[in-house]
Amino acid sequence: MTAAVVEHQRAGIRALAGRIGLLGGLTVALLVSLVLAAGHGQLDVPPAEVLGSLMHKIGLDIGPVPHHPQGENTLWQVRFPRVVMAALAGASLATAGALMQGVFGNPLAEPGVVGVSAGAAVAAAAAIVFELTFAGTWTIAICAFVGGLVTTTLVYAMSRDGGRTEVVTLVLTGIAINAMTSAGLAFLMFLGDTQAREEIVFWTLGSLNGSRWQYVGVVLPMAVVGIAAAMFLAPKLDLLALGDRAARHVGVDVERLRMSTIVVVAVLTAAAVAFCGIISFVGLIVPHLIRMVAGPGHRLLVPASALGGAVLLVLADLWARTLVAYADLPIGMLTALVGGPFFFWLIRRARRTAGGWA
Amino acid sequence: MTTLGTRGLGVSFDGHPILADVDLDVRGGELVALVGPNGAGKTTLLGVLSGDVDPTSGRVTLDDKPLASYAARELARQRAMQLQKQGLAFGFRVHEVVRMGRSPWHRTAREDDDDRVVAESMERADVTDLADRLYPTLSGGEQARTSFARLLAQETPVLLLDEPTAALDIRHQESLLAVARSAAEAGAAVVVVLHDLSLAAAYADRICVLSRGRVRANGTPADVLTSALLTEVYEHPVEVIAHDGNLLVVPVRVKGVVPWPAG
Repeated sequence: MTAAVVEHQRAGIRALAGRIGLLGGLTVALLVSLVLAAGHGQLDVPPAEVLGSLMHKIGLDIGPVPHHPQGENTLWQVRFPRVVMAALAGASLATAGALMQGVFGNPLAEPGVVGVSAGAAVAAAAAIVFELTFAGTWTIAICAFVGGLVTTTLVYAMSRDGGRTEVVTLVLTGIAINAMTSAGLAFLMFLGDTQAREEIVFWTLGSLNGSRWQYVGVVLPMAVVGIAAAMFLAPKLDLLALGDRAARHVGVDVERLRMSTIVVVAVLTAAAVAFCGIISFVGLIVPHLIRMVAGPGHRLLVPASALGGAVLLVLADLWARTLVAYADLPIGMLTALVGGPFFFWLIRRARRTAGGWA
Repeated sequence: MTTLGTRGLGVSFDGHPILADVDLDVRGGELVALVGPNGAGKTTLLGVLSGDVDPTSGRVTLDDKPLASYAARELARQRAMQLQKQGLAFGFRVHEVVRMGRSPWHRTAREDDDDRVVAESMERADVTDLADRLYPTLSGGEQARTSFARLLAQETPVLLLDEPTAALDIRHQESLLAVARSAAEAGAAVVVVLHDLSLAAAYADRICVLSRGRVRANGTPADVLTSALLTEVYEHPVEVIAHDGNLLVVPVRVKGVVPWPAG
């Protein structure tokens, strides 16, 4: 018996080392990709100069400053807000995906796929068309949050039964919701003037073009609060994997957990959608890859997904704006291009193992 | 001493009465077997005792307090439950599933025992060898033993088990009930839904026979397991044989009742 305890403690230490390794590795990857992405574009700034510029900004006289006369301006006016926005949106979407999968008991749930992103976008588009400004730069974010909240609740109420959601029900609910939101968007485009139409098209394609510090100032607190709340909910989501009844038997207040998770998903989705539009599949791909590496435990899955989502979107955005010279491809198009086939593969896998989600 | 009890309990689903006038007390230190034919209301009664099913009439109390007045976490420190079939949405490993049983004790002094209790529970349920296997890939019997280990890890004074032996082989049926029995001897109140009446006779202090939603009999195995009563309740001739100090319950088998139509 004591040998078993010692063995368990060893396993615990190994697990802890693995945790630190994974989170540390992802943090390093995020920092590297941020510096790389900030330096690349129509005007290339070498990584050393990017770091040097950062150091000088915080008052440390280390490293070279950008040698190009426009370098400093490009970095601080365009690149830094853009890469930071990409990281925040990616982290928010991946965390929202991990949470949704936990609360739906289904690894195919994702804000884009089930229509939560589209719901948030409809509300945001309504704010544009009706020129709502009741809360300054926060207006669109608040509308996106309300739209996301309504849609998540709707999907949840429609597709869940007996503690989990069947794949077919979830996907069909997503189709219905996406159909309704496209109708809503079409109607708003019909109502709006030319400028509003262009902005709405931008939502549906998803883009990080036009990220500004003032928008980062809105998204940052939402993402931080959302991810912190997700970390707090994470241990209980593990128990929810047992199903509603058994989760209650081990002391989870299931209703409260579900409702709080839905609110957090809405906050995170709104954070991403408010200024970047619909970027789908990030919340599907990232948590899935993390689960394959680190297992399904949410204590590790949630922070690792946040970091992984940030890395993925920073790199995807770098790709989107450097793939074709002088063109800024919509990032939502790219993530869907890669995420679509991945989704096919997941559906096939889920069908084969019917019920035995690994 | 923990006591779980019902008075005048009734449950109806959709207007159909499932349970009626059920008075049942389970005290710490005893193992009660709930038996009865299909649809007699065993699982529903266990659901009421666990707090999952709200009674339509009557009341349920745990230590003289209404069951409904307990918060989820508070209740999870009092009673653990093993469901007939335990699914799992993600591929957790067996030791992680067993550890889920410790969650009611997080942020309490008893959290320090987690490693020891998990290891002991896995040992008792004979799943130590499966510790690193993925739960969804286990066989039905292995899953049931894992759920039993999780129930033990919860260390509660009330244990509720819904057909825990249904998927188990003979060795594990016996060892599971022996562990449940020793938990009762250590002071726990244990309720087990069983179909195998010989098993119930061997391990239960008391057997409660449900029939059509009512308590038909409630007493020691020797009092309750009689040929006349079981034949009536199960609507099939049943014999009770005393063998070597054990009661054996066997259905009377009539050979060649209705022949298959030829060709």
